[in-house]
Amino acid sequence: MSCTTYGHPGNGVPFYVLMLLIIEQILNGLQLGVTLFLMSAGLTLIFGIMQVINLAHGSFYMIGAYVGATVTARSGSFLLGLLAALLAAALVGMLVEAIVLRRLYKKDHVDQVLATFGLIMFFNELTRIVWGRQPLFMDVPAWLSGAVEIIPGIPYPSYRIAVIGVGLLVALFLYLMFAHTRIGMQIRAGASNREMAGALGINIKLIYTLVFGLGTLLAGLAGMMAGPILAVEAGMGESILILTFVVIVIGGIGSVRGAFVGALLVGMVDTLGRAFMPAFFRLFLPIAHADGVAASIASMSIYILMAIILVWRPKGLLPAHA
Amino acid sequence: MKKLFMVLVLFILLLPSATWATKPVKIGMVTTLSTKAGYLGEEVRDGFKLAIAQEDGKLGGVPVELLVEDDGRDPGKAKQIADRFMKRDDVKIMTGLIFSNVAIAVVPKVVRSEVLYISPNAGPSALAGKGCNKNYFNVAYQNDNLDEVVGKYVNEAGFKNVYLLAPNYPAGKDHLAGFKRYYKGAIAGEVYTKLGQSDYAPEIAALRAAKPDGVFFFLPGGMGINFIKQFSQAGLNKTIPVFGPAFSFDERLLGAVGAAALGVKNGSQWTHDLDVPANRQFVAAFREAYGRTPTLYASQGYDAARLIGSALKSVEGDVSKLDALRAALRKADFESVRGEFAFAANQHPVQNLYIREVVEDGAGGYTNKTLKAVFTAHSNAYVDACKMD
Repeated sequence: MSCTTYGHPGNGVPFYVLMLLIIEQILNGLQLGVTLFLMSAGLTLIFGIMQVINLAHGSFYMIGAYVGATVTARSGSFLLGLLAALLAAALVGMLVEAIVLRRLYKKDHVDQVLATFGLIMFFNELTRIVWGRQPLFMDVPAWLSGAVEIIPGIPYPSYRIAVIGVGLLVALFLYLMFAHTRIGMQIRAGASNREMAGALGINIKLIYTLVFGLGTLLAGLAGMMAGPILAVEAGMGESILILTFVVIVIGGIGSVRGAFVGALLVGMVDTLGRAFMPAFFRLFLPIAHADGVAASIASMSIYILMAIILVWRPKGLLPAHA
Repeated sequence: MKKLFMVLVLFILLLPSATWATKPVKIGMVTTLSTKAGYLGEEVRDGFKLAIAQEDGKLGGVPVELLVEDDGRDPGKAKQIADRFMKRDDVKIMTGLIFSNVAIAVVPKVVRSEVLYISPNAGPSALAGKGCNKNYFNVAYQNDNLDEVVGKYVNEAGFKNVYLLAPNYPAGKDHLAGFKRYYKGAIAGEVYTKLGQSDYAPEIAALRAAKPDGVFFFLPGGMGINFIKQFSQAGLNKTIPVFGPAFSFDERLLGAVGAAALGVKNGSQWTHDLDVPANRQFVAAFREAYGRTPTLYASQGYDAARLIGSALKSVEGDVSKLDALRAALRKADFESVRGEFAFAANQHPVQNLYIREVVEDGAGGYTNKTLKAVFTAHSNAYVDACKMD
């Protein structure tokens, strides 16, 4: 088989087509990045402010997707589903904070890991009991089902553009909230010195519950938006959770700005690596080998990125208490 | 006191012989009921249980007791359960494993211990070729079978430039190899994705740029749902036909994929619409019992149970006659829901393989419709490598 029968980018494809493809892949990377941001913003807030390692963060993503899919299917309205998903994720989050996590603040990280790992299993089994073992169906709402040609010649799904838009809006909202509102200031105060903030009359307990609820609400939003693209199934949170942890380690634990930069970086590196690594390796390896090697290297790329960043900046790119 | 003692001794002595006559044959089922793939084990188990229920707790007229345990898709855990079944429960017949990597870890030790294993799903090449064993039977398929049938169909339909996609793990490569065994055209790209990957946007963009005339993918479970949904959201399902083995198109997954899978042609050894008396009866009974349409996995569980029943009948439930039991299994003297069914020399099925299409079921859902048999009485590529004593 000659090289030209392979239509991969970089091998006998005109330059402008390659450029279009690169732009499209950057959009894909951006979309993965903002989804990761929604997850990691919540996780990093909870870790930075409450010093709790919450492995069950992926479960709230799953709850958002399940509740969203169910309400959307029953009511026929995507927006109603979205509202229900956000409410459910936030409410369950605050309940979990009040019932389980509140007992763990003073404990060792090992206890927190064990307890929240237990929560993962609890929620996975609960969804199986409530919704059964088969994945749920969820479709893109009709008004977002088309494709937009933002790049001429390549229709890009409008839903994915909407996801990018929502993610950027949330980033802006979080920035404004933390930098310019009273509650944001109180949260930051609670993060830097819990006792002192409490002594100044801030209700730290309430702040913690609210922060946790906000974090799980964002996870629920990410899950709801992923529903039409992905399989809504028990355990869906765990696959994104690992990437989320990579993001917050790269960005600097506890820093929302760091989470934003880290998420976009991870989204880009992962997407572009998967997209262009095969073409790169075909330059100097036989095609059959190149695809296998590229697949392996591409799936390692974000971990390599994490290793490099940790060597260069052990506290992450934008640490919270720099 | 002495009298009481005597009564007790007598009681203990009598107990085993008293229960012997009615003691059911134990069948150990190690299957996957938890994790994302848990519905696969549920289907196999429900199909198997249906066969037992239809005979009022018997198989082949012999009372049986089905022991079911969940392996959580974990080879280590599955091994422990299999050990426990053999040592504590003295099980002589086992079945149930869903995943090939789990089967490769568990089956060799089981069959070496002179316990019969009847696979209702996993059919890795390692157990079909050199690693075949007289105590190992596969009633479902050799893993590549469902890819071979698609390969042959795609080739006959005149496709010349097909794009291949599978997860980057041994089974992924095996399945693509099965497709390529019968597909002779050019390959527009052969992409191995991360196992468990959820976002396929980069692969789909690269695929569009490669301009193939067809796509063949093996992405079981949630991965397949993700891929098809995203493929159709990118608008490609209107221009590039999609093919794959049945694993991404069973009736329960189709519910989660929705209209995105409409028109996809996929390969299977069985579909609920096969016009065979045993099958019509099975599908009706399964719907009645569980309120859903059976998937291929349920049919495999059902066939496994009925195959075991046919063998139990011939030895009248005496599982200590291992040679006779094995010989009876090899005859495959049961009415398969697939119609014609026999075992090849490596004790894997010789059966018809079909191409089917995803269509609307008329009740708002989606289902498969058999188009045609591409292979009749098809065996597998590993028969010659199997040297059974």
